Amino acid sequence: MVEKETSYLNKAEEFIQMFKKGEEFTKDILRENEKLRFRVAQLEETVERSGDEARTKLYDERIRLLELELNSLKDKFIEVEEENKDFASKYLGVEEENNNLANLYVASYQLHSTLDFSEVLRIVVEIVINLIGAEQFAVMLIDDKTNDLIAVATEGIHASETLRIKIGEGIIGRVTKEGESYFAEDLSVMHDFNAFEPIVCIPLKIKEHVIGVISIYKLLTQKSGFTNVDYELFNLLAGHAATAIFSSRLYTQSERKLTTIQGFLDLLKDKPKR
Amino acid sequence: MPNILVVEDSPTMRQLISFAMKRISNSRVIEATDGVDALKKLSSDTIDLILCDINMPVMDGLKLVSLVRGNPTFKDIPIIMVTTEGAEEDRKRAIAIGANAYLPKPIQTQELIKMVNTYLGGSGS
Ligand SMILES: [Mg+2]
Repeated sequence: MVEKETSYLNKAEEFIQMFKKGEEFTKDILRENEKLRFRVAQLEETVERSGDEARTKLYDERIRLLELELNSLKDKFIEVEEENKDFASKYLGVEEENNNLANLYVASYQLHSTLDFSEVLRIVVEIVINLIGAEQFAVMLIDDKTNDLIAVATEGIHASETLRIKIGEGIIGRVTKEGESYFAEDLSVMHDFNAFEPIVCIPLKIKEHVIGVISIYKLLTQKSGFTNVDYELFNLLAGHAATAIFSSRLYTQSERKLTTIQGFLDLLKDKPKR
Repeated sequence: MPNILVVEDSPTMRQLISFAMKRISNSRVIEATDGVDALKKLSSDTIDLILCDINMPVMDGLKLVSLVRGNPTFKDIPIIMVTTEGAEEDRKRAIAIGANAYLPKPIQTQELIKMVNTYLGGSGS
């Protein structure tokens, strides 16, 4: 009986011991678990924290790149804007050049459109009025017989007012002699018309040979000065008007001579035979 | 396609203006040498705008403007005067008679084109 009791007691002790061990083991596990949880939480936090940093770093990098891109785009924009301005001003220049060329083309086209002397003179007058903007002027040619300058066409003044001018005499005579254009410093005329005092005098030249001049005495009210195209037009008139005037005069003279000769021939033909 | 009537006695100016009008897309230029010729062209063509000189033989520009404004068929056609008469009183007189705009010679082509475009746009052509 005692043995049995002792055996039960031993077993109970064993069981208690086992239970204690189990309890301890469980406690250990719980502790471990607690530790692990803490560690996980720690790790999670670390991961989270390191993720934010990485993201922040990434965002920072992105912002930096975008800023770079933005700056380069800004630079490009400024560059394009400058280019645009440049193109716009070039376009205006081309437009102006185009218009100037149109003026010169039309003037030269008209000057060479006829071989009729008076028609050529009319065209020269038209160009000086409409394209240059002159109100009073004279086209003067050297007279073959007297070697003086005589007006062959006038505008705003009467031909008789222009007088005869000797080569070398005054502004007009000097321009004829030297073949160099004259431009007065002050283009606005205050004084009354004076045949010897033009504000502009352009020699009409065939190569270096002067055949006459265009003398301008007054510009239109709205014309205050000369532009580049005006000087180009003066150059064109100096050469092309001279050639057109010269050749049309020769043509008209030869036409007249031909008519006279033809008249004689007709007379001879019609002469009754004896 | 706007039809532009250029009334000018100077062939040089007619050619120069016609040249400039080529820059207005689809435009067609009809030329007249004086006021009477212009009235003939107005009757035979549909005109959207008139560019008119003042000093012309047979019938001058001012007379033409007053006749156009007095005619029920043509009275609304925009008229731009292109003339050597640069004085302010000349401009006022032309506007009073019925011209829409006034451009003294020598003309700046760009200015003329701009003016023509303004009036063509306004007339809905
Ligand atoms: Mg005229």
